Order: sequence, then structure tokens, then C-alpha cells
Amino acid sequence: MSDFGILSCGIYLPRRRLDRTAIHDANRWFAPGLKSLARGHRAIANWDEDTVTMAVEAARACLDGRDRAAVEGLTLASVTHPFADRSNAGIVKEALNLSERIAALDAGGSMRAATSALRDALEGSRTRLCIGSDLRKARPASEAELVQGDGAAAILVGRGVPIARLVASHSVTVDFVDHFRASGESFDYQWESRWVREEGHLAILADAVQALLAEAKVSAGDIDHVVLPIASAGAVKAIARKLGLKDEAVVDTLSVEIGDTGTGHPLLLLASALDRALPGERILVTGFGQGADVLLFEATDAIADHRSCRSVAARIADGMPDHNYMRFLFHRGLIDLERGIRAELDQKQPGTTLYRKRAAVLGLVGSRCTVTGTVQFPPSAISVDPNGRKQGAQEDYPLADRSARIVSYTADALGYSPDPPTYYGTLDFEGGGRLVTEFAEVGSDDVEVGRAMRMVFRIKAEDEQRRFTKYFWKAVPVNEGDA
Amino acid sequence: MARGIKDRVAIVGMGCSRFGERWNDDAETLMVEAFDECIADAGIDVSRIDAAWLGVGFEAQSIGPSGIPLATALRLPDIGVTKVENYCATGTDSFRGAVYAVASGAADIALAMGVEKLKDTGYGGLPARSRGLNFDMYGVTGSAPGNFAQIAAPYRAKHGVSRDDLKRAMAHASVKSHANGAKNPKAHLRKAIDIETVLNAPMIAEPLGLFDCCGVSDGAACAIVTTPEIARELGRTDPILVKSIQLVTSNGWELQHGGGWDGTYFHTTRKAAARAYAEAGVTDPREEIDLLEVHDCFSITELVTMEDLFISKEGEAWKDILDGFYDADGHTPCQIDGGLKCFGHPIGASGLRMIYENYLQLQGRAGERQRNDGPKLALSHNLGGAPIQNVSAITIVGLEGA
Repeated sequence: MSDFGILSCGIYLPRRRLDRTAIHDANRWFAPGLKSLARGHRAIANWDEDTVTMAVEAARACLDGRDRAAVEGLTLASVTHPFADRSNAGIVKEALNLSERIAALDAGGSMRAATSALRDALEGSRTRLCIGSDLRKARPASEAELVQGDGAAAILVGRGVPIARLVASHSVTVDFVDHFRASGESFDYQWESRWVREEGHLAILADAVQALLAEAKVSAGDIDHVVLPIASAGAVKAIARKLGLKDEAVVDTLSVEIGDTGTGHPLLLLASALDRALPGERILVTGFGQGADVLLFEATDAIADHRSCRSVAARIADGMPDHNYMRFLFHRGLIDLERGIRAELDQKQPGTTLYRKRAAVLGLVGSRCTVTGTVQFPPSAISVDPNGRKQGAQEDYPLADRSARIVSYTADALGYSPDPPTYYGTLDFEGGGRLVTEFAEVGSDDVEVGRAMRMVFRIKAEDEQRRFTKYFWKAVPVNEGDA
Repeated sequence: MARGIKDRVAIVGMGCSRFGERWNDDAETLMVEAFDECIADAGIDVSRIDAAWLGVGFEAQSIGPSGIPLATALRLPDIGVTKVENYCATGTDSFRGAVYAVASGAADIALAMGVEKLKDTGYGGLPARSRGLNFDMYGVTGSAPGNFAQIAAPYRAKHGVSRDDLKRAMAHASVKSHANGAKNPKAHLRKAIDIETVLNAPMIAEPLGLFDCCGVSDGAACAIVTTPEIARELGRTDPILVKSIQLVTSNGWELQHGGGWDGTYFHTTRKAAARAYAEAGVTDPREEIDLLEVHDCFSITELVTMEDLFISKEGEAWKDILDGFYDADGHTPCQIDGGLKCFGHPIGASGLRMIYENYLQLQGRAGERQRNDGPKLALSHNLGGAPIQNVSAITIVGLEGA
């Protein structure tokens, strides 16, 4: 059997889950017809998260415990890349501290960008990380606002011990415009959902699935897990019925718990299927958008060793219910709160300094003195060890995946923050190294001297004058269930 | 250690503007106000000044770069003016420059000026600003209270002090400074407050409430220094002498060397204090130092500094504070002029304002707030930055023979 296939997967869901009734309660006066969608929660990214940061976290989960030197390529599929002309995948590469000798590509333009990227990787020969990530904006009181969620998923494809192998694939491309968004615009324009279902899902997508099944000589009833990343539960049921798929084979679209996470959603649901698949089971994955991608996998014996502690179910369970619709609107830039003069601080980022310090800033790479063993961040020419000020003896020392403990902290209500108060403090890493940084996803009960923390890649600040996003690492509490 | 400059430089004149929200003044007029008092006190012509130092903390937000603003504001007589910036320790560093010039013999008479005009920003607190291109990429640009608040939690944890006990001791420090500031006509905040007001104030940066934070003020302070010989020629019979000046700047050890510094004290202050006492010949600071002016930017800073200056034992400053040891009528008054807390904190001026108060007290000229047990040796402590990376400066001044 081939040693090429899916090697691992990882997902990321933001911690906050906005109660859809909170959205509908605020907008009911204007859009009472959306009541049927106002149940469950949607995952919402924090103010300091975007497509790139969520992609990094999904990739870290996917690469956990693996040799990152094996990664030869990286594709970041999204329709909400923060940068239109700066490789977003390149930022992910720096954050993951991957080798410079890799290919990196931003894929986009359609909701099926991630499945297309996954197909390309599976039909190639290199070990490639395929990530789908989106943080989409929707107008208040729109259907999309209720239906969408934020999140990312990563699939590592390559040589090794695959947990699933590609059996067959099929793609069609048709300019079927169910929704669109022109370059530079913020919001989608959506066509009538009945037409999308009849002519899109039940025709283009269903036909593509049938074509693949015929080609692979597999009957629909023999599929054990089907990924149909479509928000409408009715459409999903109708497709399954039309194709003759087993009801129990349809992978839960997670619409109630987190919402439709966009480009990465097929990969996220594939990860969910891989969590439950048994050796030999068939997994069908679809992507829909101006045509369709259909990929048929077979789980291998190695699926039994697929670690369950990072399961999609655990990530869903790790959510924090949120009812603050106003905060959500502010964090999405949909309402303009009075931020005060302190928020005017110029965040200009010189390209030269970021380039020089990219390993430290984007990769959280500190240094260790090869003579004294002292770890320091940021790296400098002379060791900070007072007992052995050695020069030119520093080696790279990545800190991002090391656990840390709080030395000191505060909750700052004076400085400007989009989510006040700003928690920050000093951390000591296990094995050495110290960092003063902001804390994310914390409340007053989460901080105390000695508390265990782990690092996450986040937005540090936004240069609003020149529209440049500055990233750095923040600390979040280590929760039960964290790998 | 170097042999030091004890008794080699005398202060012959000092001046200090009224501190506060000086809406109708700019840095230049504040400097003139302080200098008018100072030059009259010194009783010399401006033409005798050989060199000057100008300390400003936030130059980009007020007077701009170089020594020119001081030279032009005072129309100094074609002399060199050096601009100094060293975080909130700027004022003491300006004084240090002038004192060292005289001690070295390079200048007979030198001027140290400190000034800050903060109330042109449009908001309270210190101006938000860059800390440098590298820092801005991976540092936390927190507020000043946020930075200093961080010493509280590890202090509490290490010494087993309850949140309430620590908060109450911090509050006592502020109540005491408000009582002192009420007696100071030049102070920014002149209202006595009770401890409940402090304890119940809105939180600024946990655990610092509004009254745990000092005032942000406009103001200027200055000193004219010379040799003891010239001081006598000028008719000074009881000159105030510089016993020691020590300044220590963090080198990254606290910030970068995990497992070294534990976050409960100011490493630089301890180093500077030990050297300052050695230079001044002080062996028992708790008994020998008569007056303290420390950098009480926040109540927790004052509390910890009492230990870092080796006045209180480590882990026990909070008890000394609650016992009234540092009250105006206590064993060793601290902030008898109201401190940064109430006199106010115009950054570049603060170090010189502290020396100004010690100078007045040692001469018995402090009016209603004069300490009446004949103080002979007074210490000022000026600190800038954050607990984890900072500049700490200590100046001890005293009477001849002290």
C-alpha cells in the first residue's frame, strides 16, 4: 500500500460562542423572518484573531508532535486573507517556524478553495500542509451573520503513515454564482437560497458525487462518512436522499454548535469524520463553489492511533458561551465605538525591522547560550547570564510550544484595548526563558502567580493608517483537554 | 567602587514651579518660573552659569529635541546645554550631569533643569508612545499603572500577604501623602482623603485603584550647584552638600533571565541604594536617613521601595506603613511634601522636585510641613520604566558634617 495520504489533521475554533438568540433579540424588530435560524451558537473570533492566526493554530494542532522539517509545502485556502498582496501562507510559515525551503501558496476565490488545495496536494508527491481558514464579515441582521462561524482546519498530506488514503477524486467547474463579493468589498451578495439548492446543491454537487462514485465503482450506500459542508440542514438531507447515502453517514455540519466556517469547513468536517472513522471505512468529502470537488478516502489501520484528545468534539466542548452581540459587532468593525485619544497611537511597522526580527516576532524564536545554557527572549549577541557574559554563542531556541507559568500580571483598564481590561504579565518558560506579553481569553479568575499558560499566535496591533496587521504571541490559560 | 563625590558639590539655589494642570503655561514659562526662584536663591548672575542640563521625559509630545529649549527659554549665556532623557528618572539624571560637571572641575557653576508639560495630550495619564522599533514588535505597551501593578501579585505570593492587607497598606501610603500634600502650596492635589475613599475607588490596573496612582502634572524644578568653596564665597554658611548620587539601569537581566528576578522588588534600586549608602558613608539607613522622597508613582512602588532602600525589612514594609513609620510625624517621614502622589509628577521635573523638598527641609525652610527634629541627611529616589526593566536613581543630600 502507498505510504502517501493524510498524515494528520488539526482544527481551531475560537473560544467564544455567540448565542444566536442574542443576535436575533437585537435585530428581531428589523428582521423577524430570521427567527428560524436563531438557535444554537456560532464560533466568533476574538478581536486579535484573523484568518492567519486561526490558520496557525489549526496547523499547530495538526503538526503537534511531528517533525516540522518534513513539511515541504503549505497552502492557505481562504476567501478572507488579511493581505491581498503579501503571502498570507508565508506569515503562517514564519509562525510555524518551518524551513525556508518550502513552497507556500494562498488559495482562494471560492468556497471550495480548500478542497481544491487538498486534492492538488493529494495528487502531488510532496508533504504539504493544507489549511482552510476564514473570518467572514456579514451585515447585521443578515442570514449570513447567523449561519456563519469562524474557524480553521488543517490537513497534513504526504509520505509517512497515512490515516486515510485518497481513493478517487472528481472536480467540476461551473460559473454558478450563488453568492459573490467583489475585490475590496466587505460583504457577500447572496442569491435566492431555493435556486442555490435546486440548481446548485442538488444538481451540480450531487451530479459530481454521482460521477465520482461511478468512476470509483462504489455505491452510495457503502460510504461510511459524508462531508456535505452546506449550512442548510434541509439541503443536506435532500442531497443524501437523492444520492442514496445512509442517513447516519452524513457528518454533522456543526451548524448548531459553531456555524459554517467557510473555506475551511470541508476540512473541519473531514477532521470530525477522521475522529470517528474505523480502519477500512470510506469517507467522502465535498466542496462546493462555482462547481464542486469530490474526494473519496479510505481510512487505514493507522486511524486507530489517531489521537482523540485533539478531537473536534473536544474543541467544540471547549467553547465559552457569549451573549455580547455589541462586542461582536465592534470586533468585526460593524459599529464604531468611541475609542478615545489613546487609541490613536501610530502602529507603523517598518519592513526592515520586521524582516530582521521575523523569527523572534512571528516565530517566537528566542536564543540559548551554548556555553551557559541560559535562554533569553529576544535574542541578543551577548548572553544575559550574569555569570557568563558570552558573546556570539547564541543558538535558536523556539519557545512557542513550551509551557509557561505566570510570574506577574495585571488587568490594565487605562491603556486602550478593544476588549478591556488588557491582561498582561511576565511568564517563565519551562526550561528557561522569560517573556512579558499580553494574555488572551482570560478573566479575573484565570490569572494568578504560578498559573500554567501556553502561547498562541495573535494580532498584536493594527496599523490603521497603512492597513498593516502586526502579529505576535500571547498567552492563554492551559485548560483541561489541551493537548 | 569609585571613591565618590561626597561633599564635593554644594547646592546653592533651587526653584520649583507650582505643579498641576497649568493650562495657560507651556514648558518654557514653567522653566522660567522655577528658574526665577532658583537664581534668586543662589544670588548669582545668570552669566556665572558655565553649563546646563535639561531633563524632559516626553520631549516629542512637548518641547522637542535638544538643549535649545532651555537655552532659549532662559537666554543662557552661550553655554553648553545637554538634553537628558532617562524615563521617569530623568530629573535626577539631569542633576547628576550638573553635579558631575562641578565635581570634575569642568564647571564652577552648573544648572540642572527638569520640566514636563503633560497636559497638552487631551487625556489623563502619560502619553502613549513608541518604546523603540524592536520593543514595539514584541513588548507590551501597557499603561504606567499596568506596568507597576505587576509587582503586587508576586509580592503578595512571596511574602504571604493577603490581598486586603496589601491593599490597605498601599491605601495608607496614599492617605498619608494626601495629608502631606494638603499642606504644600505648590502641590497639584491638596485635598486630604480617608482610607475608604482609596479602597473604594475605581480600578485602574489591578490592584491599583484611582488613588493608588499619582497625579499627572505640568511643572518644572531646577538646581544650581557649585563647589563648597564657591558656595562659601557666595555667602552660604550652611550649604547643602551632595553626599552621593547613584544611578542604575537595567541590562535585561530581570526581563530576560527567567528564574533570576522574582518580580517582587526593584533590582536597580537595591543596587543603587547599596552604592549610594557606601558613597555617603551611611551604614544604618533606617536610623541615619532622616527624610525620604521616593518615586511613589503608584502606592505599590512606594511600598516595595521602602524595602529596596533597606529601610524596612524585606516583606515587612506593608507593616511599617500601616504602623505610621513613614507618616509626617513618624520615625522617617516619606513624601512629606505630598510626593508624586500629590505634589504631582511632571516627569522630567520630579527628581529635582524631590531634591528641592529635601533641600528646603534640611535648611528649615519647608513652612507648615517642616519636620522639626533637625533633619541632617535626606534621600531621594527617582525611578523610571517598569519593575522588570527600569532606571533607578538615588541622591543623598545633607548638612556639612552629616
